[in-house]
Amino acid sequence: MLYREAGQFKTNYAADLAVFPILQDRIGLTIILFVAAVIIPLFGSSFLIQAVMIPFLIFALAAIGLNLLTGYTGLLSLGTGAFMGVGAYACYKLTTYFPDVNVLIWIVASGFFSAAVGVLFGLPSLRIKGFYLAVATLAAQFFLSWCFIRLPWFYNYNASGAIEVPTRTLFGIPITGATATDTTRYFVVLCFVVVMTWFASNLVHGRIGRMWMAVRDMDLAADLIGIRLLQTKLLAFATSSFYCGVAGALLVFLWYGGAEPAVFDVNLSFFILFMVIIGGLGSLTGSFFGAALIFILPIALRYFPPKLGIPVHPATVEHIQFMVIGALIILFLIAEPAGLARLWQIGKQKLRVWPFPY
Amino acid sequence: MRATGGREAAVGDVLLSAENVSLSFGGVKAVSDVSFDIRKGEIRAIIGPNGAGKTSMLNVINGFYHPQQGRITFKGETRANMRPHEAAYGGIARTFQNVALFRGMTALDNIMAGRTLKMHSSFFWQLLRYGPAMREEVEHRHRVEEIIDFLKIQEIRRVPVGRLPYGLQKRVELGRALAMEPELLLLDEPMAGMNLEEKEDMSRFVLDVNDHYGTTIALIEHDMGVVMDLSDRVVVLDHGIKIADGTPDEVKHNQMVIDAYLGVAH
Amino acid sequence: MDLLYKIFLDPFVQMGTAPDLLVQTLWEGLVAGVLYSLIALGFVLIFKASGVFNFAQGIMVVFAALTLVGLHEHGVPAFVALALTIGVMFCLAFAVERLILRPLVNQPDIILFMATFGLTYFLIGFGELIFGGETKVMIADQLLLPRGAIDVKMAGGFVSLQKIDIAAAIIASIMVATLAIFFQRTRIGRALRAVADSHRAALSVGISLEQIWVIVWFAAGLVALTTGIMWGARSDVSFALEVIALKALPVLILGGLTSIPGAIVGGLIIGVGEKLGEFYWGPLMGSGIESWFAYVIALIFLLFRPQGLFGERIIERI
Repeated sequence: MLYREAGQFKTNYAADLAVFPILQDRIGLTIILFVAAVIIPLFGSSFLIQAVMIPFLIFALAAIGLNLLTGYTGLLSLGTGAFMGVGAYACYKLTTYFPDVNVLIWIVASGFFSAAVGVLFGLPSLRIKGFYLAVATLAAQFFLSWCFIRLPWFYNYNASGAIEVPTRTLFGIPITGATATDTTRYFVVLCFVVVMTWFASNLVHGRIGRMWMAVRDMDLAADLIGIRLLQTKLLAFATSSFYCGVAGALLVFLWYGGAEPAVFDVNLSFFILFMVIIGGLGSLTGSFFGAALIFILPIALRYFPPKLGIPVHPATVEHIQFMVIGALIILFLIAEPAGLARLWQIGKQKLRVWPFPY
Repeated sequence: MRATGGREAAVGDVLLSAENVSLSFGGVKAVSDVSFDIRKGEIRAIIGPNGAGKTSMLNVINGFYHPQQGRITFKGETRANMRPHEAAYGGIARTFQNVALFRGMTALDNIMAGRTLKMHSSFFWQLLRYGPAMREEVEHRHRVEEIIDFLKIQEIRRVPVGRLPYGLQKRVELGRALAMEPELLLLDEPMAGMNLEEKEDMSRFVLDVNDHYGTTIALIEHDMGVVMDLSDRVVVLDHGIKIADGTPDEVKHNQMVIDAYLGVAH
Repeated sequence: MDLLYKIFLDPFVQMGTAPDLLVQTLWEGLVAGVLYSLIALGFVLIFKASGVFNFAQGIMVVFAALTLVGLHEHGVPAFVALALTIGVMFCLAFAVERLILRPLVNQPDIILFMATFGLTYFLIGFGELIFGGETKVMIADQLLLPRGAIDVKMAGGFVSLQKIDIAAAIIASIMVATLAIFFQRTRIGRALRAVADSHRAALSVGISLEQIWVIVWFAAGLVALTTGIMWGARSDVSFALEVIALKALPVLILGGLTSIPGAIVGGLIIGVGEKLGEFYWGPLMGSGIESWFAYVIALIFLLFRPQGLFGERIIERI
């Protein structure tokens, strides 16, 4: 009864083409944005913002990036971690060489660097498919990881091999570095994520999204109806890597405040992939769900047992986390391969006819 | 029989001609030295027993297979090796025996996908989904809705095609091919697996496409009644060789054709 | 110009001037290659028989080795521990068939591939939970594996061959030969090949998918155990081994996913190529290039021959 579309008619194609045609969806989205932009900064604890919201948003952005490539275009990639690293290190070098330019500009620019690298490693996709392409992306992952560790230029010849983020400001307010408050950083991340999610949504609902999905579903047929395969695949790599690059830059500059090269290893690639699988391949809202689940889970595991009086060793938490995630992946693939996003849609479907069963 | 009158006069010059086309896969000769032409505005049937090389011939015209010998001349241009998307841009569209639809998308999106080669708005506007991007989307949506009306598939617009029954899937696939506004439409067994009513519907669609849009059509079909009723001219293949070429009447009475279908050994 | 010399001339000069070093490097490459082949063999087995690419093969190697060592640490005699570990691998195969393969029968391959990711992470967590994360020492002596080295005088110097490496090569060869015969000659082998081709068709001729899968995963488990023992005997047993398993992927690309001889040849090529690259070109580029060198070799290969040296050509029909 709540979620009825009855009475909501569209009288022209433009209205029918809206991304959220149903009024209740639009209201829901507005509420979410309001909560994110107003309620959380005002009432959220520092822990909530710093340890939960900021990384959740950043990982969701990376998950969107990977989803564009793997979920929408069907190109399995295991190099997400490396592409995030390219973004992070590009931003670091750019702001080192040009400290006076606003760091936000450099964050966007680093996305372009990451996109270029993505296109380079995506070139084999013309000839290679499926599992073999995944292996090619692993080549990118291992090679770039090695570069971050072994080429001292990346970390400004720092003896420890790690990078530390310098303080940068926007209109006089510090947004990176030790003096930036978590609320400030949260707003910056929120803006990036909201805008880029909106862009991604526009892309996938239009001509480009259809091209990507056509390549995913049957690339031979896509070729025959005039879709240029190489350009479409490379565009997917470029866009996806752009998103991952920006996410990487945000990760280092607005969350960690620094990084060791080991951060961008193959495990990160797998974690983002798991977010996409559990959240739902081919769904942007799914990326958020998946990031929430995979990211919140270890925090919940660390936080709740002590509250219930069960003492848990921190190492054990990590092991259980791996086990739970592994089991969840298998469970989702068996029960609902389209992930949490599909469960959400089914829920909405039930809401349409609630309180009737069907 | 085809209705005569103004219809015959609309058939024009040669649109596509295949000359001495030979195609092999490894040791298997799929097509041997086949030559025929297709005239603008006509409905050309390609028939023959199973394994005669009909689909292979269509695949060669499409650019999906490259013949070892021979060439295809389309709209005056001779190409030895054409890529599939070049064929698409040149004005050739086709449907497939095993419905090649994009299963993850709705019927509407599948047909909209057929408009891709006519959509040019830049990446920038696509990011914003505004201005030129939206105008283009709405404009092409109009054309796609015309096709949807024509094929009477309005109710299933938003259904993911994987869930549609076979007959409707074939109709959506025809819609996607039509969305490309092709000059030459290649139909690979469009009536396969259909009952009588569905066949009548599909036949009507084929005739309407030819009449209304002037599209030249080449179709592979096994149902002799359909072939005789719909086509202007027929090519008969058997074991990769052309054994007859002419009007339905001529072909029907050709002894070699009868033998081929009855399985008489040559 | 100088750089060109460094890349294309110097390494070969170095090879020529110290041939005994070259032979040593080649030998070490071959040995590493044999171990890569063993890991790749596990992948090929499962892929050949169920069409599933088992990403968890690497962690199965670690898991098998850890179980063996762990049991021994608790006082179980070496060969009893070995028997028990074989039993554990059987139970694992059974569990995987029941809980993962059966519910996912007929799903597209990519789904099964991703399910093995889940299995991998589950086993990592489970293994660390039970056995702890520290490095352990393989019970090579207790299993009567040889120790020490033989020094051979050749090529103008000395080449040192570890006895354990020779043992590894012999054991691997026996294993490969047995498996090849099994697949080609026996009834069960034929059934396995049928299942790899098409689950539905195999079912329709009465092949019991469940039994086949348990057999195959058990065989892969045995291969994993052997690999774990051999590898653990040369360097210790830790979860870093699982990363070594990722090395098997380039091997599979070279050798083709469905070919047992391909896994061997591919493994040897990658092993030798990697060692040569690391020794002669490594100093140019910095250390640690073996983390990606094999992948780049495989990638170059893929561009020219997507199905690998021995794999079947994929023809797409429409």
